Amino acid sequence: MPEITFREAIRQAIDEEIARDERVFILGEEVAQYDGAYKVTQGLLSKHGEKRVIDTPIAEEGFTGIAVGAAMVGLRPIVEWMTFNFSLMAYDTVVNSAAKMRYMSGGQFSMPIVFRGPNGPAEYLASQHSQALQSIYAHIPGLKVVTPATPYDAKGLLKTAIRDDNPVIFMEAEMMYNLKGEVPEEEYLIPFGEADIKREGKDISLIVHAKPLHMVLKAAEQLEKLGVDAEVVDLRSIRPLDEKAIYDSVKKTNRAVVIDESWPFASVGSHVAWLISRNCFDLLDAPVELVSSEDVPMPYNHKLELAAQPTVDKIVAAAKEVLYLK
Amino acid sequence: MLIEQFNPLEDKMIQVMDENGEIVNADLMPDLKSEEILELYKTMLKARTIDSAALSLQRQGRLLTYAPNLGQEAAQVGSGYALKKTDWAVSAFRELGMWLIKGWTIEKIFQYWYGSEWGSHFGEEIRLLPISVPISSQLSHAVGIAMAAKFRGESDAVIAYTGDGGTSQGEFHEALNFAAVYKTPNVFFIQNNQFAISIPSSKQTASKNLAVKALAYGMPGIKVDGNDVFAVLAVTRAALEYAIKEGPVLIEAYTFRMGAHTTSDDPSKYRTDEEVEPWKKRDPMLRLEKYLLQNDLLKEADIEHLKTSFQEEAMAAYQSIEHTSDTEIEEIFSHHYAEMTPQLEEQLADYLAFVERSQR
Ligand SMILES: Cc1ncc(C[n+]2csc(CCOP(=O)(O)OP(=O)(O)O)c2C)c(N)n1
Repeated sequence: MPEITFREAIRQAIDEEIARDERVFILGEEVAQYDGAYKVTQGLLSKHGEKRVIDTPIAEEGFTGIAVGAAMVGLRPIVEWMTFNFSLMAYDTVVNSAAKMRYMSGGQFSMPIVFRGPNGPAEYLASQHSQALQSIYAHIPGLKVVTPATPYDAKGLLKTAIRDDNPVIFMEAEMMYNLKGEVPEEEYLIPFGEADIKREGKDISLIVHAKPLHMVLKAAEQLEKLGVDAEVVDLRSIRPLDEKAIYDSVKKTNRAVVIDESWPFASVGSHVAWLISRNCFDLLDAPVELVSSEDVPMPYNHKLELAAQPTVDKIVAAAKEVLYLK
Repeated sequence: MLIEQFNPLEDKMIQVMDENGEIVNADLMPDLKSEEILELYKTMLKARTIDSAALSLQRQGRLLTYAPNLGQEAAQVGSGYALKKTDWAVSAFRELGMWLIKGWTIEKIFQYWYGSEWGSHFGEEIRLLPISVPISSQLSHAVGIAMAAKFRGESDAVIAYTGDGGTSQGEFHEALNFAAVYKTPNVFFIQNNQFAISIPSSKQTASKNLAVKALAYGMPGIKVDGNDVFAVLAVTRAALEYAIKEGPVLIEAYTFRMGAHTTSDDPSKYRTDEEVEPWKKRDPMLRLEKYLLQNDLLKEADIEHLKTSFQEEAMAAYQSIEHTSDTEIEEIFSHHYAEMTPQLEEQLADYLAFVERSQR
């Protein structure tokens, strides 16, 4: 199988879907002539032309709203937000229009639209520019929220997202764009709501989504040196959520740490931890731990920004806590 | 007068000094003493020197991503110079020349781009807002600050900056509308440097210029040669005066970003040398230098001397902050709410315990 980057995997998905379905187009700041702020859309303008790959003025609420309108009448837009930080300018139209239009019209209007871009902390970007916002999107009924962490998952999930008739929030990460992984040449789709066991184990379940997966895999290696066999559950999509995969894992291990790079309060992570606590109460040998970002805006200073996020050490420490290891 | 008379629909712009350093519109030449003219020049030169120091420091990996300023010195210094000390300045993110005038020290500016919130801790004396990442989000804040000045019966004005790209944001339009309806003492200052990353102004708007946008909101709009420091100063002074008496004004300063968007950008991807070339002749520094030399306010030799001393000043400032910005973990938690919440105190204690355990 060829190895490609996370960036290329996303590009392939967009490219193939634009070619496959004449209703699909992508719009956003810098996506066309500049090949994308993070070069995700490189070459797509020259291949598909200005009708399908559209540069917009700097007006997130505007172009997101335009995409909502176009989706309502049957086009299938992909909206690229330069980063999810700027999606906040468009939050109203996502929450009040994209997520509710089908409901408000008694099912008449479909909303086949994908909102995508890098989410979560990158480096040296400070508080307004380095935020993990999955929890505020996952909170909204009517949206689907997908958070792949490997090139394989990114491609398969993005193709599914583009073919979905509902608004899908598709979260990438600047720090993952260069990450390599195997992706088959033949077409494949990955359904939403199916977690993937990225590492099998029997002693503890480490439940994660998005970029921190890679940290969790490192933590699992460290735990192995301590004689602990950790299972890593990658949720991949957080709405719909694969609850069964979570419970099956905890049934096996009786212990869980949830890792989420968003803030801890009312987050995807705290929700998953609550689900486990409630539904696996009799199975648990220890309280469920949550490793999240600290409950603060992202510092600009590099040492502090790293300290504010989940780290391998924090994950190992939480696992030891749950395993009652000193 | 200047403000009311200008008609942006005619698509002209105000110029006082041409590319040869000749005063072409003496009526509008601001009343300045020689020392004041020299101060304008020195501030522009200082901005340019700091800017190039910052670029090379960034290339050496000693500063984070940086947004260069080259070519926009007159727009920034001219507009900043028009402010009185108690007027507020609301930043976008590319206003080095104005920041220097407002009193943001070189040390603090470097500290900011070095990655420290302490860089944006200006102190109450300096009426300046920190850099705002979400484009044009600062403009409504500027209207709020101006409302507060009116509310308190103070006669201060507020200047707020954005770029040509920034005029596409909804918040730009909302801010202008509010300011005009509430008649707040606002001056909106657009640095039209022709590009928003790769997108040229022509793809940002179909208006024939940016000043014209003011008309629909019911406020005056003026287009000024942004590379002519005298014209920028004259127009901004008049606009501030008008703003305090009558209400908001929109200024479009027509200029050019000679360098990259930021240190992570390569402008050769979206613009040709032929596009850049004519702007070299319009360089705001060159023009003012010509004026100064022609009027015996400056000698060639002074220029080099000043450059060297600004370069030394910039490097000394940088060295004073390099390595000092490694702030303590506690600071993540302490500048977050007015008082630290019990939850945050608990988190901090947990954190410190974790650090201690992992160091054992
Ligand atoms: C809401 C928002 N969207 C996108 C960006 C990314 N971005 C940073 S600068 C910039 C271009 C700004 O152009 P302009 O307003 O003309 O100012 P200039 O860079 O030319 O000074 C963009 C799109 C941002 N910072 N905020």
